[in-house]
Amino acid sequence: MLGLKKKDATLLLIVIGLTMFAPFILNPFPDGSAMAQFNAGYPDLMQRFVIFGIFAIGFNILFGLTGYLSFGHAAFLGIGSYSAVWMFKLLSMNVIPAILLAMVMSGLFALLIGFISLRRSGIYFSILTLAFAQMMFALAYSVLTPITGGETGLQLALDDPRVLGASQTAGGNIPVPGLFGMEMRNSFDLAISSWVFTFNVGYYFCALILIAAFYLAIRIFRSPFGMMLRAIKSNQTRLNYTGLNPRPYTLAAFVISGMYAGLAGGLMASMDPLAGAERMFWTASGEVVLMTILGGAGTLIGPVLGAGMIKYMENIISKINSDILHSWFAFLPDGLEDFIVAIVYPFIGKGWHLTLGIIFMLVVIFLPGGLVEGGQRIAKWLKRGKTEDTKPGKSTEPAE
Amino acid sequence: MSKTNLTRRGVLKSGAVAGAGVALPTIFTASSAAAYTNEPTGSSVTLGFNVPQTGPYADEGADELRAYELAVEHLNGGGDGGMMNTFSSKALKGNGILGKKVEYVTGDTQTKSDAARASAKSMIEKDGAVMITGGSSSGVAVAVQALCQEAGVIFMAGLTHSNDTTGKDKRANGFRHFFNSYMSGAALAPILAANYGTDRKAYHLTADYNWGYTTEEAVKTSTEAMGWETVAAVRTPLTQTDFSSYIAPVLQSGADVLVLNHYGGNMVNSLTNAVQFGLRDKLVNNKNFEIVVPLYSRLMARGAGANVKGIYGSTNWHWSLQDEGTKAFVKSFGTKYGFPPSQAAHTTYVQALLYADACERAGTFNPCGVAEALEGFEFDGMGNGKTLYRAEDHQCFKDVLVVRGKENPTSEFDLLEIVEVTPVDQVTYDASIFGGDLGTCNPGA
Amino acid sequence: MDAIILQILNGLDKGSAYALIALGLTLIFGTLGVVNFAHGALFMIGAFCAVTLSRIISFSHEVIDETRTDFLGNPLKVDVPYIYDWFGEATGAAIIDWSVPLSILFAIPIMIAVGVIMERGLIKHFYKRPHADQILVTFGLAIVLQEIIKYYYGANPIPTPAPEAFKGSFDFGAMIGFAENTIIYPYWRLVYFMFAALIIGAVFAFLQFTTFGMVVRAGMADRETVGLLGINIDKRFTIMFGIAAAVAGLAGVMYVPINPPNYHMGMDFLVLSFVVVVVGGMGSLPGAVLAGFLLGILESFASMRQVIDLIPGINQIIIYLVAIIILLTRPRGLMGRKGVMED
Repeated sequence: MLGLKKKDATLLLIVIGLTMFAPFILNPFPDGSAMAQFNAGYPDLMQRFVIFGIFAIGFNILFGLTGYLSFGHAAFLGIGSYSAVWMFKLLSMNVIPAILLAMVMSGLFALLIGFISLRRSGIYFSILTLAFAQMMFALAYSVLTPITGGETGLQLALDDPRVLGASQTAGGNIPVPGLFGMEMRNSFDLAISSWVFTFNVGYYFCALILIAAFYLAIRIFRSPFGMMLRAIKSNQTRLNYTGLNPRPYTLAAFVISGMYAGLAGGLMASMDPLAGAERMFWTASGEVVLMTILGGAGTLIGPVLGAGMIKYMENIISKINSDILHSWFAFLPDGLEDFIVAIVYPFIGKGWHLTLGIIFMLVVIFLPGGLVEGGQRIAKWLKRGKTEDTKPGKSTEPAE
Repeated sequence: MSKTNLTRRGVLKSGAVAGAGVALPTIFTASSAAAYTNEPTGSSVTLGFNVPQTGPYADEGADELRAYELAVEHLNGGGDGGMMNTFSSKALKGNGILGKKVEYVTGDTQTKSDAARASAKSMIEKDGAVMITGGSSSGVAVAVQALCQEAGVIFMAGLTHSNDTTGKDKRANGFRHFFNSYMSGAALAPILAANYGTDRKAYHLTADYNWGYTTEEAVKTSTEAMGWETVAAVRTPLTQTDFSSYIAPVLQSGADVLVLNHYGGNMVNSLTNAVQFGLRDKLVNNKNFEIVVPLYSRLMARGAGANVKGIYGSTNWHWSLQDEGTKAFVKSFGTKYGFPPSQAAHTTYVQALLYADACERAGTFNPCGVAEALEGFEFDGMGNGKTLYRAEDHQCFKDVLVVRGKENPTSEFDLLEIVEVTPVDQVTYDASIFGGDLGTCNPGA
Repeated sequence: MDAIILQILNGLDKGSAYALIALGLTLIFGTLGVVNFAHGALFMIGAFCAVTLSRIISFSHEVIDETRTDFLGNPLKVDVPYIYDWFGEATGAAIIDWSVPLSILFAIPIMIAVGVIMERGLIKHFYKRPHADQILVTFGLAIVLQEIIKYYYGANPIPTPAPEAFKGSFDFGAMIGFAENTIIYPYWRLVYFMFAALIIGAVFAFLQFTTFGMVVRAGMADRETVGLLGINIDKRFTIMFGIAAAVAGLAGVMYVPINPPNYHMGMDFLVLSFVVVVVGGMGSLPGAVLAGFLLGILESFASMRQVIDLIPGINQIIIYLVAIIILLTRPRGLMGRKGVMED
């Protein structure tokens, strides 16, 4: 299918299925029940899942294939966001030109930064990319405030020129981003019994792009170009001896990866027209590294899973407060209730960072290949139950 | 605990049943069926408290959250009623808002615009919050305010001091009770002139971002009007932790006053460093060298410890005020939590009450109705004396406190003493001077 | 001229903190080959050792003072440290005043224990794993450690002043013949600089002149051969990890009076200290120290207002700019060895 081997086609179909039915999958609990706290099927979070999925897929093209660990990848996300918002301000509220400019601008910056940084390898490369990103963050937050909005971020205003399109809506408000008249924020609810599922235009737009991005990533992974990148990872010296210059290949991977990040940034701005400098801070770059490793570096689907996991924790766990906790355990006798709440409380709400840290440690200690390895182990365990002599049930193939 | 919460869950359930149309397998409801975003249909109304729970301002966020919980308790008729008894408007009856029980959801802004918006969006989209409030920095306030405008809910700003929030970035759905940089400058300058004389040379260290710029500008303008001279203004990076290399050259410049336009961790460190360098023991131009911190908060004062002693600054409110509103609030907060509330707690508590009161007076939760009720609203008994919510920019105008670090504090909460209550007329400005456009209120949906 | 001397002094002081953290980081990297993202957390734990000791010393009981009232109008409860009861108020106050220097003795065993537990309990299992895994697990550990501290101490900075004797500053300019008040320098910063120099000297002397140090250096160069000689190198490396943790911890203890500690101070230093290590050259101890002081001084120069006026925003980016320039002109940092962390 589409030039893919059966295994990859299956994987793509799984991703398509997951993204298209996400509103159902992410809302497993009936509205209003105590467990509804864990529902993640609301537009903003679903959009974030796929956008950070795209970001992580792109990062993985660089890190997973070539082994070059960029510690400043968030810079391209930021550039993408700023470009997109400027496009909304100056040209039109249509998301297509905004996203295109986001990709072009981040591609250009990636070309420049990659050209310089790829002169070094290993940790020296990581520090170079980190240095570029930190400089961009620092300048965007302070002296570049006229271009970037600084602390308060770049936002739309009522007096934006906007060549194609009105500065204000008829009601005197700022128009919202859309695709040829379809507003990104539009959604409709489907209520089945006490379940409510939300279908959002913006989400499906992002999801389609994720599928395209994922497809492209599979093609890159399986192409001769992808082969070459893997050769760079396993032994660059040997590659040099064969008379090949690896630099153009890594640079191409770096630029592609940067454009993925720019695409993610452009999408972020399209869903929510604001761009802030914090998007480029080193912790944001660190986050995508964590997503990729947590999910499984070098695997196709791992980064998407890792992105989903971190964003879920950030948005769901952080919102549980002691009041909600008390209501969950209200069926217990008072003393026991308070005791259990006291034990659980440090890990939720304001303590969600602690939970995140513990999960990082557990995953990396027990599942060196990330969540994907966890899935593989479960699959293997299930298969062993059925037949004895099947090959190891790998759903995906790590790069090495 | 268990008893109230069992009913809480029951309320949630019945609310959902009413909203979702049970037993019908497939119903498509376009979200525009409601008159405005998140119109409460059940017996309860949900407010969203969006405060920093992680990151450097987590303690301030925790104090805001305490105040919100107290406000919810009072609105629902619990506790001693706090400021509801002293509030000049008597629309609130202690039976929730418009007869609906007040529920709340909480979120973590992380003091990052992106995270704050994500958290606010989840409250609006998932939890059906009809109002968002909180925050501890101007960057977050401006970002969330714009979001609320777009989504069609009311935003009641928490701690945000930049002129921009109700200046160039003001929005029709956003309201701020807290004071701003301009007011700090206007209130401080006369006190500084009275204590340090009109012939002073000031050296500014300014946090290199929007809030820093507006504060530097405000203090500069108002002190220069008193006859002070500004020797230099140096920008310091947000991520700076050690300010020695910025502070050491101050004496060489011939300045005799150092103004630290810093907030939070920056301010704690820069003030500590300045005192460390012994600046306050120096005699320059035959005058004692002085340090000024335009925006004080008690938490920062605590972080800087003994270094704040004798240093002037301004604050929105302080628990040692002696009016009835303050006393009532301090009493109910202090009784519940065991220590006096901070100014962040005060402003958020007042914002929650003001919102509830506006809903009662408007007879609706519709953001446009609420905004109309708040615009031009004059009230008293909330701790700052007579206060006006100005219609033109949704900024509260009230007295501003000039404070000084106390020499002999009796506890870790008793670090500031009030020097002067600057009357509101002195800090009022024309609404148009900061530009920006309020736009029109957006009810969403 | 005086302005430049002043900034060199500031830079040396800033640099001492960078150098101490980078030194510990390089010790761990050089001996164990582990990239330790939790090193900033060790610095932070050291700082909180000082906070903890000062809290332990000033552990108090409440005495009700009828003459004054608290904020609710009740009689004021005044905290009186037990130490006042035991040693009298004057001695008690003096002990509390000296709590930060005293914390050095308190912190050394704690930090070594923390380091050894970390190495034996966690890091040991990651020697053979890719650097990315090491980064992730130590980063996770750093988050856990700082969240635990935040849970017990809150997010707000905690003022922990230096002893009264070291407060204030002295006029260094007047001593060397400049006008009064041109070059002033706080006593405690001088103490910090000398302390850092002492620690750095001690670590180098230890590695250079003791048999233990010799074995460790040999192990850094070629671990396998040293192992083949029948020397238990693992045990020594564990001890080195403990020492590195102690160096970071002491840097933290002494830093407390300079800036009030908070739970995220480790993260604030983490990225910077990695830049320092890389600029110095991975695995080179002298390189780490040299780069620490160099970046400290350059950062100080960039914060002069004459420089900022010339190039706006230079103070925001100087460290990173220097890092880029050095890495592009010297492939392995200032004193890095070939082949270390290049793949």
